[in-house]
Amino acid sequence: MRHIIAILIENEAGALSRVAGLFTARGYNIESLTVAVTEDSTLSRMTLVTRGSDEIVEQITKQLNKLIDVVKLIDFAETSHIERELMMLKIKTRLDTREEIKRTADIFRGKIIDVTPTTYVIEMTGTSDKLDAFIAAIDEDSIIEVVRSGATGISRGEKGLHL
Amino acid sequence: MELSGGQIVVQCLKDEGVEFIFGYPGGAVLHLYDALFHQDDVKHILVRHEQAATHAADAYARVTGKAGVVLVTSGPGATNAVTGIATAYMDSIPMVIISGQVPSSVIGSDAFQEVDMVGITRPCVKHNFLVKDVHEIAEIMKKAFHVATTGRPGPVVVDIPKDITAPEPKIPYHYPQSVVMRSYNPVLRGHSGQIKKAVDLLLTAQRPMIYAGGGVISSNASNELTKFTQILGFPLTNTLMGLGSYPATNKQFVGMLGMHGTYEANMAMHESDVIIAIGARFDDRVTGKLELFCPYAKIIHIDVDPASIAKTVKVEIPIVGDVKIVLNEMMPLIQQNLDTINTDALDKWWQQINTWRAVNCLEYDRDSEIIKPQYVIEQLYEVTNGDAIITSDVGQHQMFASQYYHFDKPRRWVNSGGLGTMGFGLPAAIGAKLAFPDTEVACVTGEASIQMCIQELSTASQYNTPIKIINLNNRYMGMVRQWQEFSYESRYSNSYMHALPDFVKLAEAYGHVGIKIEHPEEVRPALEKAFALKDRSVFLDIITDKTENVYPMIESGKAHNDMKLRVAIDTPINRELA
Repeated sequence: MRHIIAILIENEAGALSRVAGLFTARGYNIESLTVAVTEDSTLSRMTLVTRGSDEIVEQITKQLNKLIDVVKLIDFAETSHIERELMMLKIKTRLDTREEIKRTADIFRGKIIDVTPTTYVIEMTGTSDKLDAFIAAIDEDSIIEVVRSGATGISRGEKGLHL
Repeated sequence: MELSGGQIVVQCLKDEGVEFIFGYPGGAVLHLYDALFHQDDVKHILVRHEQAATHAADAYARVTGKAGVVLVTSGPGATNAVTGIATAYMDSIPMVIISGQVPSSVIGSDAFQEVDMVGITRPCVKHNFLVKDVHEIAEIMKKAFHVATTGRPGPVVVDIPKDITAPEPKIPYHYPQSVVMRSYNPVLRGHSGQIKKAVDLLLTAQRPMIYAGGGVISSNASNELTKFTQILGFPLTNTLMGLGSYPATNKQFVGMLGMHGTYEANMAMHESDVIIAIGARFDDRVTGKLELFCPYAKIIHIDVDPASIAKTVKVEIPIVGDVKIVLNEMMPLIQQNLDTINTDALDKWWQQINTWRAVNCLEYDRDSEIIKPQYVIEQLYEVTNGDAIITSDVGQHQMFASQYYHFDKPRRWVNSGGLGTMGFGLPAAIGAKLAFPDTEVACVTGEASIQMCIQELSTASQYNTPIKIINLNNRYMGMVRQWQEFSYESRYSNSYMHALPDFVKLAEAYGHVGIKIEHPEEVRPALEKAFALKDRSVFLDIITDKTENVYPMIESGKAHNDMKLRVAIDTPINRELA
């Protein structure tokens, strides 16, 4: 099963490599990994997406918690949450396809953020599934570039991952 | 007090009460060595290879319970230390390793003797630090000792660039009394609800087993474990790392379990209905084939490291906490309900175990004209009254020592259990002897292992650490040969030890006493002579039977009740008994 795990980690050099190294050393899957500083500059927030059986994901969270730099973490599979990923797509356009591409982007609530006579750049956020669906809806040959941030997540309601 | 970076490191060691630092100088740590030169409180032990520094410090930690401390230079000094760091990591031994690093300004430029020590050691340390500013040193050192010695202990590397330890600048020094780390707070008290459930389950057991490991020793909980076991009257088995946590001569001890465990311990584990694992981690050498491991048992697992619980084996009742604290919380609950123990079932269980014991699985050919390694260990046990610190290397001799030397006390058995590091025994013996000069220290080794750190005979001379080296010389890497005999139709590929040195002359060349022993009747007198030479290190080169194997043995992929014994037996299990 797919799990999104959010981690609060000390904002120190090497913290990211400790997490990444743990996954390779123990043979765990890592689908995406994204990290940035939080409102507290001493803390980074990392979101990673992994797949595995319940036993494996339990070990993953335990091993992550064991890293000295990890302050706290949450596995969103166990809680009601919102998932978002940012994607930017650069698409080749022709006069006869521009309108159709724009309409499709609108359906997916994408925004066109750069326009040239022959290309669009479309910005889109959503769950990773939705972004996959959009890519599937676009003519494969027209795609020049896809940039995805990897999934991030936040829990619903008053509960949150903070100190 | 204003100090330079180098002086601050040394002052931190003093404030931590560090007695010995094991190390080897080099360019990147010259400032530190200069700071060491000006004081006498922290005694530096100069080894002959950095691997030995880590093993000696590791053994010091194992026998004292305090952190072992190592100082090595950058580059090759640091990489040589890695094997010893990984050894300590696998066995959860508290160590602080200070490694020099090239000056901050050239880090990342492939400078002379540069290596990314923080990167290299990341997977084999509990934590590591790169010091970036002289003002950080004291706090990082405090954190290093704190992390190394608390929770599940382990090695911590502090990598310090040369400029950080320079004679200038000098800054005010203050060593923190305590340290708070928001990201590190090991859970020590067990959950009371879980403890209650565990006691309830234990008291309903019909065929209980106590399975205790090295965590009991690191938690200093041997007395608690002994009391717990004796009040319950349950059988107890130890892991290789747990030997000595419970008196081996007590009748409730059924021997070590696992690959070379006793018949009775493994059979009892297999047939048990309730197992309480205490500070043990269900290592593959213990479990054998996981799918066949303890098929009838409900398992209670106490461990300070949550990640050790349910890692390989599913448990019914996990208890995260320090073994000593948890056992102390369990005791009153057990005492209040002692009358609920099913004594009839327990009696039957002991009867069954005693029939397994009667197999006498550790019996060997006592009439042999060639020296049997088991005989040597038995004699060593008698000559030292079972009270020596025994270090070992890795292989058959290690298993013989664990099977035939009966450890009644903790911190007497010093071996590389997890990583299985050949070359560990000799430097470990030096570290143990420095810690306890008045205790006899013997290194049980083999002619292959001893040569991996043999240069440390020189260190033993320099610091006059009288140790006794019991070299079980069978002219083979015995354990490799044994596996080749069992699994590769006796094709002894590269396991024969050619061109062995004359160990007696070698020992003498380093200033020690060397004795070669070739006949069984010489063993006892030679051991007595060796231990009578109180102030000398003695190298006993004992020519043993090269065909001897370690039994019992659970081969890979087999279950606990499927052991290879020296003499095949047929004792069907009578489950009706229990």
